Amino acid sequence: MSIRQAQRSGGVEVEAREVEAPERAERLAVPMAEPKGLTQQRTQAAAAPEPRAEPAKPKVEIRNLNFWYGDFQALKDISIPVGERQVTALIGPSGCGKSTFLRCFNRMHDLYPGNRYQGEILLYPDGINLVDRRTDPMLPRLRIGMVFQKPNPFPKSIYENVAAGLRIRGVRRKSLIDDKIELALKQASLWDEVKDRLGTSAYELSGGQQQRLCIARTLAPDPEVLLLDEPTSALDPISTARIEELVDGLREQYTIVIVTHNMQQAARVSQRTAFFHLGRIVEWNDTELIFTNPKESMTQDYITGRFG
Amino acid sequence: MPNDHTVKSYDQQINLLTRKIIEMGGVVEQQLAAAIDALTNRNMDLAARVIEQDDRVDDLEEEIDTLAIRLFATRQPMAVDLRLIAMAMKVSNDLERIGDYAANIAKAAARLAKVPPLKPLYTIPRMGQIAQEMVKGVLDAYVDRDTQKVLAVWHRDDEVDEMYNSLFRELVTYMLEDPRNISTCIDLLFVAKHLERIGDHTTNIAEKIHYMIHGERINRLPRAASA
Repeated sequence: MSIRQAQRSGGVEVEAREVEAPERAERLAVPMAEPKGLTQQRTQAAAAPEPRAEPAKPKVEIRNLNFWYGDFQALKDISIPVGERQVTALIGPSGCGKSTFLRCFNRMHDLYPGNRYQGEILLYPDGINLVDRRTDPMLPRLRIGMVFQKPNPFPKSIYENVAAGLRIRGVRRKSLIDDKIELALKQASLWDEVKDRLGTSAYELSGGQQQRLCIARTLAPDPEVLLLDEPTSALDPISTARIEELVDGLREQYTIVIVTHNMQQAARVSQRTAFFHLGRIVEWNDTELIFTNPKESMTQDYITGRFG
Repeated sequence: MPNDHTVKSYDQQINLLTRKIIEMGGVVEQQLAAAIDALTNRNMDLAARVIEQDDRVDDLEEEIDTLAIRLFATRQPMAVDLRLIAMAMKVSNDLERIGDYAANIAKAAARLAKVPPLKPLYTIPRMGQIAQEMVKGVLDAYVDRDTQKVLAVWHRDDEVDEMYNSLFRELVTYMLEDPRNISTCIDLLFVAKHLERIGDHTTNIAEKIHYMIHGERINRLPRAASA
């Protein structure tokens, strides 16, 4: 009811209430002194469209994917879209197939004989099937970056670690490599800590720094998709928070798939969550729905700690 | 709710939280019944006891808050647990308000017992009865996790609202008839207003129980249209 309507109806009480409301709204809109981060977050939240109403365009689409380690079928009929510039979290108990699934993306399983893929992992915009035998396994590896549970820097300098991906791709110009390295280290929020000692061994860094270095190494060649396989499970809470902050920032540019055992982490960093169990996807949905109101009782049992 | 948690103490804490809500609900329910009794039977002792009970309700609300906060901090609850614990905090808040209103009714009852009765009261005891039935219904719904009971309570709020409106007109008439009635009428009007607010808080609780069970809000459309 507008103020004018209230006046017409002569409702004194209603009128008083109606006048008050916009004032309160104004107070909310102009915070006195608020940390910048908060304001930014709020505007982002306000700007972000209702996830359910407008699903992100898929960057990768998995269709009826099956995978066998020899005779053992580790993935059963997986179908799920991975939204562009979204974080998709994969959760589930150990051995449920989430890491196996992640490793299909860049054909890591090709390294062992007897492993077999069936189905499609389509990488857009070109829609190439990554697990097709005719697809060169180098192709997904060049377009998709991966970071593992334990930091695994090369036994080289910080500089050479980040440069490695560029050198493989034939980049030779020193100035270009320098620029890319600075950018990647900044994206991984490691630059300020290492800018004065790029020549020192990567092994001199702390675990959290090494993990961020690995992320920088992965980012330097501009991958289209970033796969994170429990990237914080070996890190302390502060390093974990920095990686999560990083993931939040990277989401604007990259499509990210993250495997995590930490449910709260999945709830914090992702927009979509898929729950794996015994090689199948039990349920996938908007993260908020998975963690407040999952449809499947098995998902509920798992995320609330009632499993088994 | 579903299976047990792997960690047994988690279940124990959640059960304790639920028991505290039920206990608090029981105290509030008694408070309300006694307040109405004190009002209709002009019983000042009973009214005094209702007012004393308020501290117990406040203590229970604090216990529930502390328990819930501890559960949030230590268990990082998810899904149904998250809803149950978050709603426990909100339901206890509504129960505390209901307790406050019951105490206010008792205070009015104590004042009204000292003056000659205005007229035989019909509407207020009737409103009180409905409010009591609603509170009882919502507590049953909480214990049984019963959506039908939740909705039954939720739909009854209109009844209380209508009775309040008709009583309002009735009391205004009495006041116009004889200004000496004014202070008594105002006390009665406040009692009615408190009962109406109790109905609102009970409806809130019904909505929270619905969310707790289903993770979805009760559709507000039919009620908003009639308001």
